[in-house]
Amino acid sequence: METITLKINGVEVTVPKGYTILQAAHEAGIKIPTLCYLKEINEIGACRICLVEVKGSPKLAAACVFPAADGMEVYTNTPKLIENRKKTLKLILSDHNRSCLSCVRSGHCELQELCQEYGVENEGEYDGYKTPFTIDDSAPHMIRDNSKCILCRRCTAACEAYQSVAVIGANNRGFDTTIGCAFDLPLVETACVDCGQCINVCPTGALHEKESIDEVFAAINDPEKVVLVETAPAVRAGLAEEFGYPLGTDAQGRMAAALRRLNFDKVFDTVFSADLTIMEEGTEFIHRMQNGGKLPLITSCSPGWINFCEHYYPELIDNLSSCKSPQQMFGAVAKSYWAEKEGVPKENIVMVSIMPCSAKKYEYQRDDQAANGVPDVDYVLTTRELARMIKRAGIDYNALPEEEFDLPLGLGTGAGVIFGATGGVMEAALRTAVEVLTGEELPSVDFEDVRGVKAIKEATYEVAGLTVRVAVTSGLANARKLLDMVKSGEKEYDFIEIMACPGGCVNGGGQPRVKANVRNFADIRAERAKVLYSLDEANTIRKSHENPAIVEIYKDFLGEPGSELAHHLLHTTYVKKTVNKSISSTDLENF
Amino acid sequence: MKSMQELSAIREKMKAEITLEGKTGCKRVVVGMATCGIAAGATPVLNAFVEGVKAAGLEDMISVKQTGCVGICQYEPVAEVYDGTTRTTYVKMDAEKAKRVVEEHLKGGNIVTEYTIGATEV
Amino acid sequence: MMQNKEIATALTDTEFYQIQKRVALKNCGVIDPENIDEYLAMDGYMALHKVLTEMTPDDVIQVMIDSGLRGRGGAGFPTGLKWKFAKGYEAPQKYVCCNADEGDPGAFMDRSVLEGDPHVVLEAMAIAGYAIGSSQGYIYVRAEYPIAVKRLQIALQQAREYGLFGENIYGTGFNFDIDIRLGAGAFVCGEETALMTSIEGNRGEPRPRPPFPAEKGLFQSPSILNNVETWANIPQIILNGPEWFASTGTEKSKGTKVFALGGKIRHTGLVEIPMGTPLRTVIEDIGGGIPNGKKFKAAQTGGPSGGCIPASHIDVQMDYEHLAEIGSIMGSGGLIVMDEDNCMVDIAKFFLKFTVDESCGKCTPCRIGTKRMLEILEKITAGNGTLEDIDRLEELAAYIKQNALCGLGQTAPNPVLSTVRFFREEYESHIVDRHCPAQVCKELFRYVVDPDKCIGCTQCLRNCPPFAISKTDYIAEGHKLPSVTIDQEKCIKCGACIEKCKFDAISKQ
Repeated sequence: METITLKINGVEVTVPKGYTILQAAHEAGIKIPTLCYLKEINEIGACRICLVEVKGSPKLAAACVFPAADGMEVYTNTPKLIENRKKTLKLILSDHNRSCLSCVRSGHCELQELCQEYGVENEGEYDGYKTPFTIDDSAPHMIRDNSKCILCRRCTAACEAYQSVAVIGANNRGFDTTIGCAFDLPLVETACVDCGQCINVCPTGALHEKESIDEVFAAINDPEKVVLVETAPAVRAGLAEEFGYPLGTDAQGRMAAALRRLNFDKVFDTVFSADLTIMEEGTEFIHRMQNGGKLPLITSCSPGWINFCEHYYPELIDNLSSCKSPQQMFGAVAKSYWAEKEGVPKENIVMVSIMPCSAKKYEYQRDDQAANGVPDVDYVLTTRELARMIKRAGIDYNALPEEEFDLPLGLGTGAGVIFGATGGVMEAALRTAVEVLTGEELPSVDFEDVRGVKAIKEATYEVAGLTVRVAVTSGLANARKLLDMVKSGEKEYDFIEIMACPGGCVNGGGQPRVKANVRNFADIRAERAKVLYSLDEANTIRKSHENPAIVEIYKDFLGEPGSELAHHLLHTTYVKKTVNKSISSTDLENF
Repeated sequence: MKSMQELSAIREKMKAEITLEGKTGCKRVVVGMATCGIAAGATPVLNAFVEGVKAAGLEDMISVKQTGCVGICQYEPVAEVYDGTTRTTYVKMDAEKAKRVVEEHLKGGNIVTEYTIGATEV
Repeated sequence: MMQNKEIATALTDTEFYQIQKRVALKNCGVIDPENIDEYLAMDGYMALHKVLTEMTPDDVIQVMIDSGLRGRGGAGFPTGLKWKFAKGYEAPQKYVCCNADEGDPGAFMDRSVLEGDPHVVLEAMAIAGYAIGSSQGYIYVRAEYPIAVKRLQIALQQAREYGLFGENIYGTGFNFDIDIRLGAGAFVCGEETALMTSIEGNRGEPRPRPPFPAEKGLFQSPSILNNVETWANIPQIILNGPEWFASTGTEKSKGTKVFALGGKIRHTGLVEIPMGTPLRTVIEDIGGGIPNGKKFKAAQTGGPSGGCIPASHIDVQMDYEHLAEIGSIMGSGGLIVMDEDNCMVDIAKFFLKFTVDESCGKCTPCRIGTKRMLEILEKITAGNGTLEDIDRLEELAAYIKQNALCGLGQTAPNPVLSTVRFFREEYESHIVDRHCPAQVCKELFRYVVDPDKCIGCTQCLRNCPPFAISKTDYIAEGHKLPSVTIDQEKCIKCGACIEKCKFDAISKQ
């Protein structure tokens, strides 16, 4: 590899050719502040906070995009630069809603952090006219408060580059620039898929999920109600970050303990219904393979992906698995199987779901998600909201013991827990499908081909005389590439796993936000996925069909996978959606 | 698609039309028809020249062409008459003035001095 | 009347014309722009023939370098060097772009060339295509120039029909064609990277450089962008040789420059002068001086990126170096003359408002910084300024120049800086005396009726939009009717009264 050597603040550093000044400085242990920069997706040099001096150049260089060069001498913290950065921050503050005390982002806001680091004492120095702003709370999952937007464009970059959805962009120009949808439509009227990747990359409190914390606390405090909680696999791979732990910390035991201390009546686990999903979806797959059904079968766990498919690939709706997502399956069996078993009226059950996902806040409100005549799920909280609940309830996370989930619906396998990482559903399905088809025990349960963060993963397996061609992808921009290849006939598969968020649920839109100065130099997806694969490895049961609670529910309640009752409770339907909801073709012509 | 010879032939022919070399008695009228000229009212001026020359049956001798901006904003509409080596710049033109230029200058050979650039106040 | 000894019957006899030297404007106002034959008659497409049949691409680039031609869009980057860089990058496709997104207030040089001589731009672009190894050009022209667009389209069609565009031009195997893209009215799209972003179909916003367009420009491919006037010089440089071109102008600024002369000047118009011509020659000889017996106060060059040249510098040579020395820039060619009735703070405010409106909003210094500067100027012109505000303006200006992303932002403070530099006392007068010396800033003067001059005709009263004028009881000696008075609370300072008064009875105070 060709390298270059340069000096940054007098420190000599050798880095690969092609590194930016920012990357080279990071190698040299020097932090250059950034606000707009997001590696690979938002390299636009817009915020100007990262400007540095390069010896011999009359102009300042934007470190985030300026290529480092051999022999270059860079200065990153001269008095002039510090003064400039203060001015940039003060100018941003002059057009910023500074109600920081109550802001959802206070304490981990990237703007706030920089203002503190740079000692911006006179925050109102440049106060003047402020950009007229709007609050868009039309979408089911999130709120955009443009008064806190600093126009870094990270959200629009995530929407376009990660997801190829691009429903948000810059409107107007100059001082009046705001982030919004085309024609300033409310978000709900666009083809937004509710993935929440924009929230994850927002440096301030301009974007956040719609909170349901108060409602959940109220339910818990209502003596009439039996409040159950289920937690998605990925939540345990992220929650600890909210309490200051590094990326890749396992929170499973403390999370269960915290939920119990929040006074949920039962602390259950979505990993159980992930196993249930494998039973249903695996059966559906085998059935389609053996009976000439519609192939490839595409997974349906990710509501962001379902939304995307319904909007952009409605012709593939028949390829979607009819299985509800694990979240919804959980609610459906909790309010039937568990309710009957425990003798609790289903109307009295409040099903709370903790998810790494913002689209789940949309999913539980979909049609056909009330199998028992009552909603399968009543409230969805993100990982971030759970952390806020824990803090609000005065629970000292650090002092919590590690506890187990409640039985029976808290029992899950290693196969279920890896649902949270890209490739996990596929691997879990393969573990079960292969054994069901061959009737023999797998020599190894590890399907390495479908693991990892590669954009599109492919594998072919020979199983009991059948050739099974599978593909796995995450991030909707990658999904678009894959599906276009499938549509054009360039690629043929039998089974595809698609997760809306890059890396799968571990990097979901409801997960703890990772500041840019961390995420630009680490792989969130891989770090968090490691937690889940470790949990899988440590689990004595690693195949869904071997989960005793699953065996029991089929024996006592559902009968066979794919039975009529299973269909009634655990399966759903999809609808074609229009991309431009409120713009008719006549409107477009007139425009 | 034109060959090099064809292009050269066009070039030579047009050169004569523009410079009026070897074309005794021929005149060329150009009317400034850039945005500025049109906005100031050059279109009726151009039409008046075209119609005037046609009515006089001088189409073979006098070409009337539109042209771009000659750079004197305040004097638009501008029309210039090339007559041998003489160039005359008529400014602040209108259709009536154009008719008079057709009569007196194009047909009669006498410059209408009062319409020329040197005689016009802005 | 044009300055002349006898009555000049031809434009060519006037001093206005004779001091000029027409290179870029050679054919404008001479040929029919919608007839390719007339362009051919003016040696059109001979330069293209020459490069394709007699020169290597390197020869062409060397001629461009030797000629000393620099970008006429304003920044003055050597054109030949730009081409050389683009040629140096290997790529399956390269692009030649023409910047016809002329947007400086008061500038119309490019429009004139496009409307008067569109083929010259097409021919020059094809020459550049040959030089850098590109087969595709784009002309980015503002949609507000419909006639220019139409004439470009006609020219392109005619050139294609003659086989001068398309495949195998002049039978040499060289392919080149051009697409026209219309700008949607954003000034920032005149900035090269924003222009390319806009051609690509995205929101017109600049990109950070490096990578420079010569390496990664349009569609991430090596690209060159030159302005219309630059292109208009090129065929003649090829035909007449670089020495011919370089014989005009100064040591570092070769050739001629077209200016759109406007403002308080007797002869407004489009003038092309040798580089280095003193400003005085342009104003007094070509422009015929300031009308109405007023005094020359300043000339603004470079539009919103430029500065004001005060009367004390009227002998400055008009070239890249000398204009930069006094805090202005050559710019694309807007030249606005101002007299004693112009308030320099107001002028600074006008140009800054322009950039605030036209800022794309991408980078912080330009988006918010220029807005804050404008607010300070508004405060000063409203009579609410403090002397510290001037320091603050200078401080923000220095910050924006250093920190903004693109040329638009980096130069936006120039009109403020140059007026503060040369007309500081005017700023101070607005602040300390609450007085606008030119009586332009509405908040700082009042219209007042002199009751002894007013004959009571009530012309003003009847024409006052907000009904701020009323009759008094006072009848001056020798007058028959009572005089009028202006209610300052109601007055909107539109000036209708002063215009209507035939008796000099109303004045600004």
